[in-house]
Amino acid sequence: MKILVCISKTPDTTAKIAFAEGNTKFDENGVQWIINPYDEWYSLVKAIELKEKDATVAIHLVTVGGADTEPIIRKALALGGDEAIRVNNTSNDSLVVAQEIAAIAKEGAYDLILTGKETIDYNSASIGSMLCALLDQNFISAAVKLEVNGSSITVTREIEGGEETCETSLPAIISCQKGMAEQRIPNMRGIMAARTKPLKVVEASITTATTSIKNFDLPPAKSGVKLVDPANMDELVRLLKEEAKVI
Amino acid sequence: MVLIYIDQDDQEIKKASYEAISYGAALAKQLGTSAEALLLGTVKDNIADLGKYGASKVHQVNNIALNSFDARVNANVIAEAAKALGASVVIFAHNVNGKAIAPAVSVKLGAGIVTGACALPKTDVGFVVTKTVFSGKAFASIQIDTPVKVISINQNSFGIEVGDGSATVANLDVAVPTSSIKITSVDKIQGEVPLTEASLVVSGGRGLKGPENWGILLDLAKALGASTACSRPVSDSDWRPHHEHVGQTGLQIAPNLYIAIGISGAIQHLAGVNRSKTIVVINKDPEAPFFKAADYGVVGDAFEVVPALTAAILKSKGGA
Ligand SMILES: Cc1cc2nc3c(=O)[nH]c(=O)nc-3n(C[C@H](O)[C@H](O)[C@H](O)COP(=O)(O)OP(=O)(O)OC[C@H]3O[C@@H](n4cnc5c(N)ncnc54)[C@H](O)[C@@H]3O)c2cc1C
Repeated sequence: MKILVCISKTPDTTAKIAFAEGNTKFDENGVQWIINPYDEWYSLVKAIELKEKDATVAIHLVTVGGADTEPIIRKALALGGDEAIRVNNTSNDSLVVAQEIAAIAKEGAYDLILTGKETIDYNSASIGSMLCALLDQNFISAAVKLEVNGSSITVTREIEGGEETCETSLPAIISCQKGMAEQRIPNMRGIMAARTKPLKVVEASITTATTSIKNFDLPPAKSGVKLVDPANMDELVRLLKEEAKVI
Repeated sequence: MVLIYIDQDDQEIKKASYEAISYGAALAKQLGTSAEALLLGTVKDNIADLGKYGASKVHQVNNIALNSFDARVNANVIAEAAKALGASVVIFAHNVNGKAIAPAVSVKLGAGIVTGACALPKTDVGFVVTKTVFSGKAFASIQIDTPVKVISINQNSFGIEVGDGSATVANLDVAVPTSSIKITSVDKIQGEVPLTEASLVVSGGRGLKGPENWGILLDLAKALGASTACSRPVSDSDWRPHHEHVGQTGLQIAPNLYIAIGISGAIQHLAGVNRSKTIVVINKDPEAPFFKAADYGVVGDAFEVVPALTAAILKSKGGA
């Protein structure tokens, strides 16, 4: 079985969110980059778990981004990817990214494509769904559990207020979230091995974007917290009723 | 025409769809066109009632195969319907199913998409949609450059507007591809409002010390009619079920009221709740970072404050 794991680079969860160039660009000054947590903790580790059960599984990683994504992809290789492809395209248009991944996916004829539920920077949650349309394959989103039995799979996905389990056959695209697998830390052997694992660079082939970011804004600062005396909860109830009008 | 996708679950229209219609109707008005709804499959609700939220017409693809969700099939049907009806904008709720299909529909229509929109588009120059990014820590204004556009809207960001309209219902004939996904079981938490749809949420953190202490929080939630949530360490330690975990790596919610009890307010936690309209923080540490993000704060011991708040709420309800 061949698995393609989509890897995205995102700012660390504690990164200061600020913008530059007249609020048109994310300010990367001093930002630490990580593998998007959904991609790392859930899709990649799930692929590794499948490989641990079946040594014939091959895990390929794909990332769409500039040369500065390479430390991230090396870390993903250290965790357990077999080889990686970087498409040298720095677009942040989801459709451009999805089309680049679709081209790699078609060429590699993968049985399973795993993505994270969303990235923690642009929160678009779009790539898996777009791949579904571009490749005309089954797509199950927000999955919390996956079992592979030969060419059929059982997947549990989140629905509002519960979970839904379904069966389908490979090939399939699955977006992963919490529940799918447990976070791991790369070990020394993995880190050493990652240095020599193949990382192929493919030139960008898609250039037409359908959207363009005009500007960013930060939310208005809260006007400050109003403290209520812990001995006077009647006052808090009054404020919630009369001032905030939420109860 | 603005076309709004009506999401259903087990033949019931999702609350998020009503908000999507209100949003679509406001956009249609702004563009000088009509707002029409698209329903796949059959529902128990009275479909003409969708007119109350602003849809003038409901197009129904009346095929019971569509009552169970399959992203590939639904996206195909919606795209074909949008083409047949000549929709210029297609609106989805940014809920579980909307996230799974809106991007696929955009591919099939050759349309630019903005997911997680939080306001009406600006259409005086171009077509610019504001969405939340960095898990609610910022907004991005994104221009869609294609003639047809797809938008999914964040839940509880626009509001539901109820009028007294009634929609005409028309059958729409669209080929339905065969699904190769078989749903084998559905597991729902009984009797609870799904967290993403709840307007009142009471949430607990490690400050409550252990699962045996959740009673005071549940009593408060009951008094308010609120849903319950928790911080990540709480669900990681199995004090509470995983579906209650909110934050950057859990659910992102935007209720009208979020009451945080014994939660420090780590940046990853705030990322899941910072779109709440009103935030109340109860914490014994006056330096807890959550107070900076709060509208109302109570510096005190949760084990005393929470029961007192519950009593005050019950008193105010009884006395009203
Ligand atoms: C990549 C990443 C992703 C993460 N994602 C999430 C996420 O999605 N959601 C999330 O919640 N966290 C997430 N975290 C964890 C986050 O950083 C915090 O560790 C976590 O939110 C802390 O949970 P807490 O507030 O319940 O516990 P603590 O930080 O331990 O806070 C407990 C609070 O309770 C107060 N307290 C103690 N006793 C009492 C009392 N008797 N009465 C009143 N108050 C009391 C304390 O003053 C303290 O403020 C993530 C972390 C990382 C690195």
